[in-house]
Amino acid sequence: MKHYDVAVIGGGLLGSAFAYGLSAQGAGVALLDEGDQAIRTARGNFGLVWVQGKGQGMPQYARWSRKSADTWTPFSEQLIEETGTDPGYHQPGGFCVSLDEAEFSSNLELLKQLREEAGDQGYAYEVVDRAALGQYLPEVGPTVPGATYCPYDGHANPLRLLRALHEGFTRNGGAYVPSAKVNKIEPLSAGGFEIFSDGGYRAGCEKLVIAAGHGSVDLGRMLGMEVPIFPVQGQIVVTERAPATMGYPTNYVRQTDEGNFLLGPSARDVGFNDDTQTATLQGITRQCLSAFPQLKRLRIQRTWAALRIMTSDGFPVYQQSAAYPDAFSFSCHSGVTLAAVHATEIPRWVLSGRIPSEYHCFHPARFDV
Amino acid sequence: MFRRRSPVRAPVSFLFEGKEILAEQGDSVAAALLAAGVSVFRHTAVSGAARAPFCMIGNCFECLVEIDGETASQSCLATVREGMKVHRQRCAHSAEPND
Repeated sequence: MKHYDVAVIGGGLLGSAFAYGLSAQGAGVALLDEGDQAIRTARGNFGLVWVQGKGQGMPQYARWSRKSADTWTPFSEQLIEETGTDPGYHQPGGFCVSLDEAEFSSNLELLKQLREEAGDQGYAYEVVDRAALGQYLPEVGPTVPGATYCPYDGHANPLRLLRALHEGFTRNGGAYVPSAKVNKIEPLSAGGFEIFSDGGYRAGCEKLVIAAGHGSVDLGRMLGMEVPIFPVQGQIVVTERAPATMGYPTNYVRQTDEGNFLLGPSARDVGFNDDTQTATLQGITRQCLSAFPQLKRLRIQRTWAALRIMTSDGFPVYQQSAAYPDAFSFSCHSGVTLAAVHATEIPRWVLSGRIPSEYHCFHPARFDV
Repeated sequence: MFRRRSPVRAPVSFLFEGKEILAEQGDSVAAALLAAGVSVFRHTAVSGAARAPFCMIGNCFECLVEIDGETASQSCLATVREGMKVHRQRCAHSAEPND
């Protein structure tokens, strides 16, 4: 049986970022991936690297998102250099477009509060009225009252990001193990763990990182960690490809570097159902046409639904097991936004054996009453 | 690049860029064009690179053409019809309609 410094359970955007970062820092790492029968949250992302509007009530989450956005450029450059795969990151800043006055004023209020909560950490944004907005987003609709612009925002190609992380991990000597749905984790008396998976794969490790998306709930319990997450379904509409006309990602629409327009967002509470629903797709299309009416010239080519990782306050759940301190569990949505800090910061926490105190706010104990 | 394994028995005639193409009844538009030696179905919207069918089963959207005025049609999923007019896919911004 092979024995690794670290085993990471979960081959999605979180697990792959951790495994890539851990292997880059010299650890011998196995990445255990369940397979395509898993709920593949990392195959459904919209692709925003987004700071704007995040973190109300938890300034540390705003700072964490900002830190990742600030780290994304060197992170992306390193991935390109090491793997030749370009995750397609661009950071022109992003616009949060409002469809009516009510949405505009609540968005302005939110950003004002976030700036106050950020204190001396800095939280830059600009209010752009309808007249000025046309310079930046020439196709914006006549009924849009205005938008806010945040310079930290950007976007990437989530599938190429996932591929680059896997390539980088393998290149660093990491062992990718497919079709390995973990069914038992046994803490060893001498320290470390033994992991058993369907299909018979077994491995030993000194440290263990659970990053298995919705699968983390059951895996966490094996080591006494509660992972209070639930699925929120989101659907995405993709148009045919067109020449680049949208220079900035927005909260409703972004144009990929391949020319497609991605339309969103939506949120439904339907358990683990990942079927699209016509009424939801119509709602997405209606709101995006309201923001950008000229999109109606394009044909829709694909739609899909995926199941976000959600917590009751919307913030991540990061924890170290109290019973087995060499085991960690990390869960969140926004795996694209946070990929840069997940690949650089969290591997240091795991290897040093502790989550720094400024990140204890992400521990699920915050939900205890 | 491709050749038919057997001669056309039940011919269907259609136009590609104004030129007559003979296909076998039941052919997909993509198969008929490939059999007729067409290698460029469209150019990409962003870089202008030439494209032709890749998957032939409706997944990849590489084979888009314009069929009887309907833009961005998947030629691998459309069946040839007598007299149909097929054009290379034009990028979504060109306002000039074909024909």
